[in-house]
Amino acid sequence: MRILLSVLLVAVICVTAHHMEELEEMDLKDWFASRQKRKEIQEVIKQPLTTDEYCALWKQCFQCRELLYTRDLRTNLDVCPKCDYHFRVGALDRIEQLADEGSFDELDADMRSSDPLTFFDTEAYVKRQDEATRKSGLREAVLTGLCRIDGHEAALGCMDFGHFGGSMGSVVGEKVTRLTEAAMERNSPLIVVSSSGGARMQEGILSLMQMAKTSSALKSFADSGNLYISILTEPTFGGVTASFAMLGDFIIAEPGARIGFAGRRVIEQTIRQKLPADFQTAEYLLKHGQVDMVVSRNKLKETLARLIAFHKPAPQVVSGKSDKSDKKISGEPSTAGRT
Amino acid sequence: MATVEKKPIPLEFEQPLAILAQNMEALEKQLSDNPELEGDLERMQDQYNSLKRSLYSNLRPIDHLAIARHPQRPYTRDYFSTWDPGWVELHGDRKGVDDGAMVGALLEIDGIKMVAVGTQKGRTLRDKQHCNFGMPQPEGYRKALRLFHHANKFHLPILCLIDTPGAYPGLSAEEHNQSQAIAENLMELAGVTVPVVAAVTGEGGSGGALAIGVANRILMLEHSVYSVITPEGCASILWRSNDKVSEACQAMKMTAKEILQLGVIDQVISEPLGGAHHDYQTAAENLKKAIVSQMTELMKLSPEQVRKDRQDKFRRFGSFR
Repeated sequence: MRILLSVLLVAVICVTAHHMEELEEMDLKDWFASRQKRKEIQEVIKQPLTTDEYCALWKQCFQCRELLYTRDLRTNLDVCPKCDYHFRVGALDRIEQLADEGSFDELDADMRSSDPLTFFDTEAYVKRQDEATRKSGLREAVLTGLCRIDGHEAALGCMDFGHFGGSMGSVVGEKVTRLTEAAMERNSPLIVVSSSGGARMQEGILSLMQMAKTSSALKSFADSGNLYISILTEPTFGGVTASFAMLGDFIIAEPGARIGFAGRRVIEQTIRQKLPADFQTAEYLLKHGQVDMVVSRNKLKETLARLIAFHKPAPQVVSGKSDKSDKKISGEPSTAGRT
Repeated sequence: MATVEKKPIPLEFEQPLAILAQNMEALEKQLSDNPELEGDLERMQDQYNSLKRSLYSNLRPIDHLAIARHPQRPYTRDYFSTWDPGWVELHGDRKGVDDGAMVGALLEIDGIKMVAVGTQKGRTLRDKQHCNFGMPQPEGYRKALRLFHHANKFHLPILCLIDTPGAYPGLSAEEHNQSQAIAENLMELAGVTVPVVAAVTGEGGSGGALAIGVANRILMLEHSVYSVITPEGCASILWRSNDKVSEACQAMKMTAKEILQLGVIDQVISEPLGGAHHDYQTAAENLKKAIVSQMTELMKLSPEQVRKDRQDKFRRFGSFR
């Protein structure tokens, strides 16, 4: 935009210089109009680039301080090519990274929080909601839907830390619960990518109850024999970790992600001790047996597809019917499996 | 039972009442020498009673919080031993630790045999340290989980008493996966096929309280509180100030009455005037009656119905448009 304007200006200057003689022939009205235009363009150019505009083009790696071209960073799935630092990813980008192109079919897209407590701290909760929506471009802190991952059907939920700190209120709880129910109905695997600061204080006790609601739905889901994979990303804390995020059949963490129940500062204040540097990182959790694996982002989709495929009931196993044709099918692959 | 022999320690908002009581005591001492003071004493007594009534009928949320945290408030062990002097305590998570903050018990109340768990705060300093000030470690939740499975196996109803500031936020707690311990309890407790009744007797602090609170019926004592975060935590995050605790209490709607209005709990149990610490027996009796009646109702349901009842209850929570 900026470049275009400067080119325009140069053109305008050239034109005016070149046609000085013609000026007299020019309509006075036109002359004023072009002068006005020139002024406007000059004003735009005078303004310095804002940090936001620089940031849109360049991003600095938080870890190695390398300056990265945003477009390159995006093609590398928001992972620093130099030091493998995993940037935070919003829900929309995450879906793009995990779901097969064009396969995501969103559920409950219009669901919005109400204000059950008419909560007011330094600002009204309703106002804070609008602000969060304006900043993130999302209605709520989670996007849920049905999709395909490398051709496998799956129910996918992605949380977005950029919206209200990814906090879980009634809507997040309800959407995750509905997604679980949808997955159960279709006998498809459930995948939830968590990124949250915890329960949403502004909805008080109802937020807390979402922990029980989602866990209760996951109990039924687990009983139905379907696969649930929980992915923990930077950062996952509080009520989300202490409910659905920790209930996966598999729990996968992204490298360097900070995951825990209580925040680091709270723990430091409680025990008055220095905590280890890698405390509550994905690698620390792996060391303490809390996650199955730490998978870097470029391998994530592949890993998911593999896990889903591994747990897909082979057609021969479903041999409840006494049909002759079924028996035939159930007999054959068992030998095939051995070879 | 460890009944409080000592007088209840007055709370900050009870100071006017305490001063009046002191004056009355002084007057009473003079009464033997000056019998004409009897009228004054009577008048003072009337004044005391009316002040008491008006004080306790206009409690602010932060006053409820103060009563819920009163150091003399009856704790889980007090209730257990009032209800069933012969209660059997069960220890340990079977994986290496016995957490003092979580008490496990076999109880028989009015002929109903049940498995009970509850958080315990501790009275003396040593006791408090043993109970970690009522903040369970993951091992405490795993102990509770073991008992839930036991109850499910032997078709015994489950009773949970909640009085905790929250799950312990510490290094070892994180290392031993506090969040998984809570999450697993939420999930497993949702799935048991026996009746579960939970009662908040003091502080219901966040996930640490909910981990033993996924129940068919949730009761709260009149002055108890139940919240998503401690009001101190809420004030420091949202107001960025430690002296906005009162505002945070108000905004979060954490008192028994407000939570009943939100439809999250089923019943508010009345306490003796001034709080349960004024009269353990009455408080325990009131709570017992409610528990027994709720449990009797629930025991009429089939195992599948009980589970469905509980899961349906939690499925309904939430407010959205």
